[in-house]
Amino acid sequence: MELQTTSYKRCDVLKASGRIDSQTAPALEQAFNAIVNDGKSGIVFDMSAVDFISSRGLWVLLETQKACKKEGGKLVLVNVAEEMKESLDLAGVKHFVEIYADLITAVGSF
Amino acid sequence: MPTRKFIGRYENLAAIGKFVSRIAQKAGFDAAQVYAVQLAVDEACTNIIEHGYGGEGLGEIECACDITPGGVTVQLRDWSAGFNPEDIPSPNYTVPLEQLKPRGAGLYLMRQMMDDVQFSFDPVRGNLLTMKKRKTDSS
Repeated sequence: MELQTTSYKRCDVLKASGRIDSQTAPALEQAFNAIVNDGKSGIVFDMSAVDFISSRGLWVLLETQKACKKEGGKLVLVNVAEEMKESLDLAGVKHFVEIYADLITAVGSF
Repeated sequence: MPTRKFIGRYENLAAIGKFVSRIAQKAGFDAAQVYAVQLAVDEACTNIIEHGYGGEGLGEIECACDITPGGVTVQLRDWSAGFNPEDIPSPNYTVPLEQLKPRGAGLYLMRQMMDDVQFSFDPVRGNLLTMKKRKTDSS
Protein backbone atom coordinates (compact mmCIF):
# COMPACT_ATOMS: atom_id res chain seq x y z
CA MET A 1 0.00 0.00 0.00
CA GLU A 2 1.21 3.49 -0.85
CA LEU A 3 -0.08 6.73 0.61
CA GLN A 4 0.05 10.30 -0.64
CA THR A 5 -1.40 13.42 0.97
CA THR A 6 -2.21 16.61 -0.95
CA SER A 7 -3.31 19.76 0.88
CA TYR A 8 -6.06 21.95 -0.55
CA LYS A 9 -7.44 25.19 0.86
CA ARG A 10 -10.37 23.63 2.74
CA CYS A 11 -9.35 19.97 2.99
CA ASP A 12 -6.59 17.41 2.60
CA VAL A 13 -6.82 14.57 0.09
CA LEU A 14 -5.27 11.26 1.16
CA LYS A 15 -4.82 8.84 -1.71
CA ALA A 16 -4.04 5.19 -0.99
CA SER A 17 -3.14 2.52 -3.48
CA GLY A 18 -3.11 -1.24 -3.14
CA ARG A 19 -4.47 -3.44 -0.42
CA ILE A 20 -5.71 -2.30 2.99
CA ASP A 21 -5.84 -5.20 5.47
CA SER A 22 -4.63 -5.94 9.00
CA GLN A 23 -1.03 -5.70 7.77
CA THR A 24 -1.33 -2.29 6.13
CA ALA A 25 -4.21 -0.59 8.02
CA PRO A 26 -1.92 0.75 10.81
CA ALA A 27 0.00 2.83 8.21
CA LEU A 28 -3.29 4.24 6.92
CA GLU A 29 -4.33 5.05 10.48
CA GLN A 30 -1.03 6.89 11.04
CA ALA A 31 -1.50 8.93 7.85
CA PHE A 32 -5.01 10.02 8.91
CA ASN A 33 -3.80 10.78 12.44
CA ALA A 34 -0.97 12.93 11.06
CA ILE A 35 -3.51 15.09 9.20
CA VAL A 36 -5.84 15.42 12.20
CA ASN A 37 -2.95 16.08 14.61
CA ASP A 38 -1.87 18.85 12.26
CA GLY A 39 -5.13 20.62 13.17
CA LYS A 40 -6.97 19.71 9.95
CA SER A 41 -10.32 17.97 10.14
CA GLY A 42 -11.50 18.03 6.54
CA ILE A 43 -10.29 14.92 4.72
CA VAL A 44 -11.09 13.35 1.36
CA PHE A 45 -9.99 9.71 1.11
CA ASP A 46 -9.37 8.93 -2.56
CA MET A 47 -9.89 5.18 -3.06
CA SER A 48 -9.42 5.12 -6.85
CA ALA A 49 -6.30 2.93 -6.55
CA VAL A 50 -7.43 0.83 -3.55
CA ASP A 51 -8.16 -2.71 -4.68
CA PHE A 52 -9.12 -4.23 -1.33
CA ILE A 53 -10.20 -3.01 2.11
CA SER A 54 -11.01 -5.34 5.02
CA SER A 55 -13.07 -4.53 8.13
CA ARG A 56 -9.83 -3.48 9.88
CA GLY A 57 -9.35 -0.79 7.21
CA LEU A 58 -13.01 0.19 7.29
CA TRP A 59 -12.72 0.64 11.05
CA VAL A 60 -9.83 3.08 10.48
CA LEU A 61 -12.22 5.15 8.34
CA LEU A 62 -14.87 5.17 11.08
CA GLU A 63 -12.33 6.10 13.78
CA THR A 64 -11.03 8.90 11.54
CA GLN A 65 -14.59 10.13 11.03
CA LYS A 66 -15.02 10.24 14.83
CA ALA A 67 -11.83 12.33 15.15
CA CYS A 68 -12.81 14.70 12.31
CA LYS A 69 -16.36 15.25 13.59
CA LYS A 70 -15.01 15.99 17.05
CA GLU A 71 -13.05 18.88 15.53
CA GLY A 72 -16.02 20.12 13.49
CA GLY A 73 -14.89 18.58 10.20
CA LYS A 74 -15.60 15.40 8.29
CA LEU A 75 -14.06 12.54 6.33
CA VAL A 76 -15.54 11.79 2.92
CA LEU A 77 -14.74 9.02 0.43
CA VAL A 78 -14.33 9.23 -3.32
CA ASN A 79 -13.87 6.77 -6.19
CA VAL A 80 -15.00 3.63 -4.35
CA ALA A 81 -14.84 0.54 -6.59
CA GLU A 82 -18.23 -0.99 -7.33
CA GLU A 83 -17.34 -4.38 -5.79
CA MET A 84 -16.42 -2.73 -2.45
CA LYS A 85 -19.66 -0.83 -1.98
CA GLU A 86 -21.62 -3.71 -0.43
CA SER A 87 -18.99 -4.32 2.25
CA LEU A 88 -18.82 -0.59 3.03
CA ASP A 89 -22.56 -0.70 3.56
CA LEU A 90 -22.43 -3.87 5.69
CA ALA A 91 -19.59 -2.51 7.83
CA GLY A 92 -21.58 0.64 8.62
CA VAL A 93 -19.33 3.03 6.69
CA LYS A 94 -22.15 4.19 4.39
CA HIS A 95 -24.22 5.17 7.45
CA PHE A 96 -21.55 7.54 8.75
CA VAL A 97 -19.39 8.65 5.81
CA GLU A 98 -20.45 10.49 2.62
CA ILE A 99 -19.32 8.84 -0.61
CA TYR A 100 -18.71 10.91 -3.75
CA ALA A 101 -18.28 9.73 -7.33
CA ASP A 102 -15.58 12.24 -8.33
CA LEU A 103 -12.79 14.17 -6.67
CA ILE A 104 -13.95 17.67 -7.67
CA THR A 105 -17.36 17.17 -6.03
CA ALA A 106 -15.74 15.59 -2.95
CA VAL A 107 -13.31 18.50 -2.48
CA GLY A 108 -16.15 20.93 -3.25
CA SER A 109 -18.22 19.51 -0.37
CA PHE A 110 -15.99 21.39 2.11
CA MET B 1 -8.72 -29.73 -3.25
CA PRO B 2 -5.79 -27.26 -3.83
CA THR B 3 -4.34 -26.61 -0.37
CA ARG B 4 -1.69 -24.26 0.97
CA LYS B 5 -0.37 -23.74 4.47
CA PHE B 6 0.55 -20.29 5.79
CA ILE B 7 2.12 -19.02 9.01
CA GLY B 8 -0.54 -16.97 10.81
CA ARG B 9 0.90 -13.55 10.08
CA TYR B 10 -0.88 -10.50 8.66
CA GLU B 11 1.79 -10.20 5.96
CA ASN B 12 0.45 -13.48 4.52
CA LEU B 13 -3.11 -12.17 4.08
CA ALA B 14 -2.33 -10.84 0.59
CA ALA B 15 -0.99 -14.24 -0.56
CA ILE B 16 -4.00 -16.06 0.93
CA GLY B 17 -6.30 -13.57 -0.80
CA LYS B 18 -4.55 -14.12 -4.13
CA PHE B 19 -4.78 -17.92 -3.76
CA VAL B 20 -8.58 -17.94 -3.26
CA SER B 21 -9.25 -15.12 -5.75
CA ARG B 22 -7.53 -17.02 -8.53
CA ILE B 23 -9.74 -20.06 -7.93
CA ALA B 24 -12.90 -17.92 -7.69
CA GLN B 25 -11.99 -16.29 -11.01
CA LYS B 26 -11.45 -19.71 -12.57
CA ALA B 27 -14.91 -20.71 -11.34
CA GLY B 28 -16.34 -17.90 -13.49
CA PHE B 29 -17.31 -15.57 -10.62
CA ASP B 30 -17.73 -11.89 -11.49
CA ALA B 31 -15.55 -9.17 -9.88
CA ALA B 32 -17.98 -8.56 -7.00
CA GLN B 33 -18.20 -12.27 -6.18
CA VAL B 34 -14.41 -12.75 -6.35
CA TYR B 35 -14.08 -9.76 -4.02
CA ALA B 36 -16.66 -11.26 -1.64
CA VAL B 37 -14.73 -14.55 -1.39
CA GLN B 38 -11.45 -12.70 -0.83
CA LEU B 39 -13.00 -10.48 1.85
CA ALA B 40 -14.62 -13.39 3.73
CA VAL B 41 -11.33 -15.31 3.75
CA ASP B 42 -9.35 -12.25 4.87
CA GLU B 43 -11.77 -11.63 7.75
CA ALA B 44 -11.66 -15.30 8.76
CA CYS B 45 -7.84 -15.45 8.73
CA THR B 46 -7.57 -12.17 10.65
CA ASN B 47 -9.93 -13.59 13.30
CA ILE B 48 -7.87 -16.81 13.52
CA ILE B 49 -4.64 -14.83 14.01
CA GLU B 50 -6.06 -12.20 16.36
CA HIS B 51 -8.67 -14.09 18.39
CA GLY B 52 -7.73 -17.76 17.82
CA TYR B 53 -3.95 -17.72 18.20
CA GLY B 54 -3.92 -14.41 20.09
CA GLY B 55 -1.26 -12.81 17.91
CA GLU B 56 0.96 -13.15 14.87
CA GLY B 57 3.36 -16.01 14.22
CA LEU B 58 1.84 -18.30 16.86
CA GLY B 59 0.37 -20.96 14.58
CA GLU B 60 -0.51 -22.05 11.06
CA ILE B 61 -3.52 -21.65 8.82
CA GLU B 62 -4.23 -24.30 6.21
CA CYS B 63 -6.25 -22.93 3.32
CA ALA B 64 -8.02 -25.25 0.88
CA CYS B 65 -10.12 -23.89 -1.96
CA ASP B 66 -11.84 -25.59 -4.86
CA ILE B 67 -14.43 -25.18 -7.56
CA THR B 68 -17.58 -27.25 -6.93
CA PRO B 69 -20.54 -27.87 -9.27
CA GLY B 70 -22.42 -25.06 -7.49
CA GLY B 71 -19.64 -22.53 -6.98
CA VAL B 72 -16.61 -22.34 -4.70
CA THR B 73 -15.80 -23.92 -1.33
CA VAL B 74 -13.08 -22.59 1.00
CA GLN B 75 -11.87 -24.51 4.04
CA LEU B 76 -9.63 -22.91 6.65
CA ARG B 77 -8.06 -25.10 9.32
CA ASP B 78 -6.21 -23.82 12.36
CA TRP B 79 -4.95 -25.30 15.60
CA SER B 80 -5.81 -22.46 17.97
CA ALA B 81 -7.94 -22.64 21.13
CA GLY B 82 -10.97 -21.76 19.01
CA PHE B 83 -13.98 -19.71 20.00
CA ASN B 84 -17.76 -19.84 20.06
CA PRO B 85 -19.13 -17.87 17.08
CA GLU B 86 -22.43 -17.50 18.94
CA ASP B 87 -20.63 -15.35 21.54
CA ILE B 88 -19.74 -12.73 18.91
CA PRO B 89 -22.48 -10.10 18.63
CA SER B 90 -23.52 -8.66 15.29
CA PRO B 91 -22.43 -5.04 14.93
CA ASN B 92 -25.03 -2.37 15.71
CA TYR B 93 -24.98 0.59 13.31
CA THR B 94 -28.06 2.29 14.75
CA VAL B 95 -26.00 3.83 17.57
CA PRO B 96 -24.42 7.29 17.28
CA LEU B 97 -20.96 7.31 15.64
CA GLU B 98 -19.12 7.93 18.96
CA GLN B 99 -20.59 4.73 20.43
CA LEU B 100 -19.73 2.51 17.47
CA LYS B 101 -17.63 -0.59 18.32
CA PRO B 102 -15.54 -2.66 15.87
CA ARG B 103 -16.31 -6.04 17.44
CA GLY B 104 -18.22 -8.54 15.32
CA ALA B 105 -17.81 -6.82 11.95
CA GLY B 106 -15.49 -9.51 10.52
CA LEU B 107 -17.78 -12.45 11.30
CA TYR B 108 -20.81 -10.47 10.13
CA LEU B 109 -19.09 -9.70 6.80
CA MET B 110 -18.12 -13.39 6.36
CA ARG B 111 -21.75 -14.45 6.83
CA GLN B 112 -23.04 -11.78 4.46
CA MET B 113 -20.43 -12.34 1.74
CA MET B 114 -20.77 -16.14 1.63
CA ASP B 115 -23.86 -18.34 1.23
CA ASP B 116 -22.86 -20.86 3.90
CA VAL B 117 -20.46 -20.51 6.86
CA GLN B 118 -19.90 -23.49 9.19
CA PHE B 119 -17.50 -23.81 12.12
CA SER B 120 -16.35 -27.06 13.69
CA PHE B 121 -13.94 -27.14 16.62
CA ASP B 122 -11.76 -30.14 17.37
CA PRO B 123 -8.80 -29.95 19.78
CA VAL B 124 -6.99 -32.82 18.00
CA ARG B 125 -7.71 -32.38 14.28
CA GLY B 126 -7.90 -28.60 14.46
CA ASN B 127 -10.70 -26.11 13.92
CA LEU B 128 -12.32 -26.23 10.52
CA LEU B 129 -14.17 -23.33 8.95
CA THR B 130 -16.04 -24.19 5.76
CA MET B 131 -17.41 -21.36 3.62
CA LYS B 132 -19.34 -21.81 0.39
CA LYS B 133 -20.36 -19.33 -2.25
CA ARG B 134 -22.78 -20.25 -4.98
CA LYS B 135 -22.33 -19.10 -8.53
CA THR B 136 -25.35 -16.98 -9.45
CA ASP B 137 -26.82 -16.30 -12.90
CA SER B 138 -25.15 -12.88 -13.13
CA SER B 139 -21.67 -14.45 -13.19
